[in-house]
Amino acid sequence: MSDAPQTLLEVRDLNVRYATAEGDIHAVSDVSFEVRRDEVFGIAGESGCGKSTLIRALLRLLHSNGRTEAAALNYDGRDLQTMSDRDFREQILWQEISLVPQSAMNSLNPVYRVGEQTVEAIQAHREMPTAQARERVAELFDIVGLQADLMNSYPHEFSGGMRQRAMIAMALALDPGLIVMDEPTTGLDVLVQERILRRIREIRSEIRSSIILITHDIAVIAEMSDRVAVMYGGRIMEQAATLDLFESPHHPYTLGLKNAFPSIRSLGQAGAELISIPGSPPPLIGPQHDCPFAPRCPFSIERCAGEIPPARQLGADHQARCFRLDDVVELREQARHKRTWHSSN
Amino acid sequence: MSLAIERSWIGAAGGALAEHYRIITANPLGRIGFWIIVAFVLVAIFAPWLAPHPPWEMQYDSEGGFASLRSPSLEFPLGTTHLGYDLFSQLILATRTTVIIGAVSGVISIVIGANIGLISGYYGGKLDELLMRFTDILYGMPFLPFIIVLVALFGRKLEFVILAIVLIIWRTSARVIRAQTIAIKQRQFIIAARARGAGDLRIIYRHILPNVLPLVLLYTSFNIAWSIITEASASFLGFGDGETISWGGMLYELWLSGKTRVAWWWFAAPSLCIIALVTSLVFVSRAYEEVANPRLRKR
Repeated sequence: MSDAPQTLLEVRDLNVRYATAEGDIHAVSDVSFEVRRDEVFGIAGESGCGKSTLIRALLRLLHSNGRTEAAALNYDGRDLQTMSDRDFREQILWQEISLVPQSAMNSLNPVYRVGEQTVEAIQAHREMPTAQARERVAELFDIVGLQADLMNSYPHEFSGGMRQRAMIAMALALDPGLIVMDEPTTGLDVLVQERILRRIREIRSEIRSSIILITHDIAVIAEMSDRVAVMYGGRIMEQAATLDLFESPHHPYTLGLKNAFPSIRSLGQAGAELISIPGSPPPLIGPQHDCPFAPRCPFSIERCAGEIPPARQLGADHQARCFRLDDVVELREQARHKRTWHSSN
Repeated sequence: MSLAIERSWIGAAGGALAEHYRIITANPLGRIGFWIIVAFVLVAIFAPWLAPHPPWEMQYDSEGGFASLRSPSLEFPLGTTHLGYDLFSQLILATRTTVIIGAVSGVISIVIGANIGLISGYYGGKLDELLMRFTDILYGMPFLPFIIVLVALFGRKLEFVILAIVLIIWRTSARVIRAQTIAIKQRQFIIAARARGAGDLRIIYRHILPNVLPLVLLYTSFNIAWSIITEASASFLGFGDGETISWGGMLYELWLSGKTRVAWWWFAAPSLCIIALVTSLVFVSRAYEEVANPRLRKR
């Protein structure tokens, strides 16, 4: 295709700590990934795994007690770490990396008309007469499937799905290279969810922005993304091309996640029962010495406590953090049974 | 900022005024209060033309007699003082003083209070600590003694009375608006605005301020009401501007004259005016409070 490098966003060994009275919270640890041009990169994980902190750190939207460190943080060949806050705000935020925030439902200022807010966002970055900006907004509304005259409505006059689409329209406003979508379909009913996803896919065929899609919904990830990272306890436990990840999952957590989600194809078949992963995510206070998943992992061995498994390359595009990657065939077999996860040990 | 945005601002301001009128008059008491305030403001504006006599001029009745301590009559609608001053004229001219004091100190104090509240609440941390401890110190100041000392030091002038009132009265508005700012800055749309590259000032004045506006207006009317009461109290104690007639000043002169028990008309007019204006402001505040706190609406 073009000569431009394939990598759009490169994140290497990113750590985010929150300073609290009880000690540092290690919300994100040693996260490395890259987002390529024209791809959807999915980040999956349950609540509290560090997904939102990760993107807040990328966009410099952390609370004041949050600190970010990284070995490398580059966007399109530019080093984001050495960039001043002002430059970042004026050159990167929204222009290059835009955000469809979590609960986009509440992300519109209730006192301004929806169109006005979008115009404001455009004019904050571009010298553009209002009339022209409004035309642009109408165009954007059309892309996301909203009628142009809805620009003059207030957010409370919108349904949840409409607000979501308005937020997506705003994110598209300046043709950014990368759009971060934080739980774009959470809280919407399935039909609206489906329509939003279809709309995102249509938009993808029209524009060439890459997307980071963050969700706890494995089904959405499977449907939308080209590559996936599975996060747990602030770390990426496994990352691979989507098909690869679902066809040959390696990490016990990924195996568990797969069990916990229904699939139409396996409905009615033996072993189609949903199996949850007992327990809850680990507290992330203080320095960590164990594999974060070990306490919930039915396959944990002695090594898992006291040592954090390093990320191991499994294929060109496949990595996982586990000490038992070599036993994966056996683990996959055992992971299919409910008693493996819910034994009373 | 481009011209176009300013133009849309003006349009929005026109719409907003109509909206405020609707909010105030939706409540029956708010409507009464609103029109009483309008009446007082009109009297204040046209006071020099409305008042038949200068405030401190001895009056003689049509038969040529010295009009001392006359009860209300056709000739002197609100009666006269022991020195023969026309109370009707005094009252009208005093309205002007009171409205000026209320408007000026009310507006200045809310500008100070709202800004300190917004900045303190938005930035938090050490700045917040500093500003709020300063506010606490002001809470430790007894209101009237502070004004008396300040006026005693600098002189009995209207400017110093206003300054003294403003210096104290912003404290409550700052605290309340700070609290609301803290609540609003955590809302998702503020984070979304920041993700769109909005700077601090834009977020404070473009995104948070419109959301605390009902509270700002509520405290504007509170501050005006308090300024009026405070000025009246200070004047009554003899610490108002000696050159300008005010409602409190009228009561002070009554007190000095020693005719309190005789001249009921002398204290009735200014007292009723203070009560009417302050009550009207409270009614208007209540109308705003229903916007700021919709739970009040159902009662």
